[in-house]
Amino acid sequence: MLRLFLLLAAALFATGLYGALSQRAVVMIMMGLELMLNGVIVAAAAFWRYAAPAGGAQVIVVVVLVAMAVEMAIGFAVVSALYRARRAEMTDMAADLRR
Amino acid sequence: MAGSAPAWAVPLVPAVLVGYAAAAVAGDAVLAARSAGRRVTLAVLAAPLAEVPRLLTEQRRTTLAADRTLWRLGPLAVPAAGVLAAVVVPFGNVVVSRMSVGVVWFNAMEVLTWAAIWMAGWGPNSVLSLVGGYRLVAQGLAYELPLMLALISAAVGARSLSPVSVAAAQGGHLWFAVWMPAAFLVYLASVLAFSFLGPFGYPAAGDLAGGVAAELSGPDRLVLRAGRWLLLAAGAGMAGPLFLGGGAGPLLPAWAWSAVKTLAVLAALVWARRRVPAIRADRYAEVAWVIVIPLMVAQVLVASAVVLALGGPP
Amino acid sequence: MTAVLLAILGPLAVASGLLVFLLWSMARVTIALLASFLAVGGLLIGLGLAYLGVVVILMMTMEMVIMAVFMVAYMENPAGLVRAASSGRRPVSLAFSTTVFGLLAAGIFVARWPHRAGAPLQARMPLRAGGPPRDATFQLGDALMGPQMLTMVTLGVALLATMVGAVALASGRGRYDRFGDDLKGRPPADPVRGGVGR
Repeated sequence: MLRLFLLLAAALFATGLYGALSQRAVVMIMMGLELMLNGVIVAAAAFWRYAAPAGGAQVIVVVVLVAMAVEMAIGFAVVSALYRARRAEMTDMAADLRR
Repeated sequence: MAGSAPAWAVPLVPAVLVGYAAAAVAGDAVLAARSAGRRVTLAVLAAPLAEVPRLLTEQRRTTLAADRTLWRLGPLAVPAAGVLAAVVVPFGNVVVSRMSVGVVWFNAMEVLTWAAIWMAGWGPNSVLSLVGGYRLVAQGLAYELPLMLALISAAVGARSLSPVSVAAAQGGHLWFAVWMPAAFLVYLASVLAFSFLGPFGYPAAGDLAGGVAAELSGPDRLVLRAGRWLLLAAGAGMAGPLFLGGGAGPLLPAWAWSAVKTLAVLAALVWARRRVPAIRADRYAEVAWVIVIPLMVAQVLVASAVVLALGGPP
Repeated sequence: MTAVLLAILGPLAVASGLLVFLLWSMARVTIALLASFLAVGGLLIGLGLAYLGVVVILMMTMEMVIMAVFMVAYMENPAGLVRAASSGRRPVSLAFSTTVFGLLAAGIFVARWPHRAGAPLQARMPLRAGGPPRDATFQLGDALMGPQMLTMVTLGVALLATMVGAVALASGRGRYDRFGDDLKGRPPADPVRGGVGR
C-alpha cells in the first residue's frame, strides 16, 4: 500500500514537472509547481500512515501547505508587478533586463 | 472518522434541510406580503412552492459560446455544498457523520460555494453574470476569516472540533452565545454572507439584473435558488450546536429543541434579510479586515483565557 | 477502504493534473486543478489525517478561486476559444518528466521500506495496537506546540513576511500617491473609498 501511494505521489510530481518545464506563462508554471507540492503531500501522508505515525510527518504536510500558500501569494504579486511594469505575462517576455 | 450513523439518518439530512429551507421561504413570502400590504393567506405561503414545477418545466436559455460544463456544474454545486455541510450538523442527538473535525468540514463545504458561484458567473459568457461571480469572491474574502475565527472560538470553548462535542460541552454550562457574543453575531452575519442573501445579496443583486442568476432559467435557476436557501438552513442548523446549546432544554426531547432553535435562528435571519439593505462589498471589505478580524482574534483570546483559567466552559 | 479510495481518487487526481496542461480554457484548467486537490484531500481523509484532509480541501478551494481570478486577468486566452500557442519545449519536457517518473517508480519498487510493526509510543497518546494513533489532530497540535515549535514559529514569521511582501509588490500605489508629496493630504486619494473612511 505504501508503494501504491508513493507511486501516485511520483505520478503527480512528474505531471507537475512536465507542466513547470513546458509552459510559457508564469501562472501555468505556478500550477505545475502546485501539482508537484501536491505529490509531496500525498507522499508525506502515506509515510505517516504506513511508516512513521509521528507528529513530524504531519508537520511536513503543514509545511508544504504553507509553502503552497506562500508560493501563490508571492507568485501572483510578482506577476502583477511585472504586468504593471512591462505588460509581460510570459516568461520569455520578462527574461530581458532591458527596459 | 465517521461514526455509526443509523441507516435512516442519511436520507433524513436532505429531507430535514429541505423542510427548514421551505419554512424559511414561506416566512420570507409572509414578510414580503405584509410589507406590501397584502393579506397573508395560504396562497401566499404556497406561492414559492408553485414556482418549483414552473421552473422545472421551463425551457433552458442558451447564450453564445457559453462554457456549458462549468455553467451546469456551478449551480449544481451550491445545494450539494449545503447538503454536505449539513451532514455534520447534529439534529437533536442524531448526526450522520461523527467526524472529529466537523466544524472545519462545515467551513470547507461552504467555501465550495465560492468555486460554484464563480463557475456559475463565468459559464454563460455574459457580463452581468461574470460581475456577479466576481462580487461573490470579493465578498468571500471579506467574510471568510471572521467566520473561521468565530468557528475557532466556539471550538476553543469546547476544546473540540466536533459539533457533537461542542453541543455537549454547553450542557450544564452557559451557552456560548452568552459569553462569546461577538463570535455569535459574526457567525450569523457570515451565514447570510455565504448564502448571499439580504445585506450580503450583492452577487445576485437587482442592480445586475439578478447577477449570477441573470442568465439562468429553468432547472438551473431552481437549483441555484434552492441552493441558497439550503445553505441558509444548514448555517442556521449549525448555529444551534455551536452557540445555542444543541438539543438541551427542559421539557421537550432533543430533536424538538434543536428544531426550535434552528427555526428561531432562521426567523431572525429571514427578518434581517427583509430589513437590512444590501451593502456593497467595497464598503465592508475594509471594515471586515481592519476592525472585525482583530475583534475576532481578541474574542478567541478571551475564550482561550477563560477556558484555561476555569478548566472548561463557564 | 483505503484501497478503494486510492483506486478511485488516485487516478482522478492524476487525470485532473494532466488535464491542467491539456485543456484550452483557463477557467477549466483551474477547475481541473481544484479537482486534483479535492481528490488528494479525500485521500488524506481516507488515510486517517482528517484535519489535514479537510484543511487541504478548504485552503485549495479558496486558492483555486483566487487563481482563477488571476488566470482570467493575466492569461492571453482565458476562454480557450483560440488554439493556445505551443511552446516548442513540449517533447523535451515530456521526455524528461517521463524519465523522472520512471526513475522514481524504480526507486519505489526497489527500496526496502520500513514495515511498521507497532506504533511508536507517546506518553500522552494512547494507541490501538498496530493501528494509527487515535487522534491525529491532537498529535499534530501536540507536535506543533511541543517538539516542532521552531517549525511553527518559522512558518508564522514566513507567512507574515509573505503578507507584507505580497502587498508591497502588488500594490501599485504607495504612501506618496495616496497622501500627496508632503504626506499630509487627508482623505487619501483612493479610486475606491474603503468602509472605514481612513
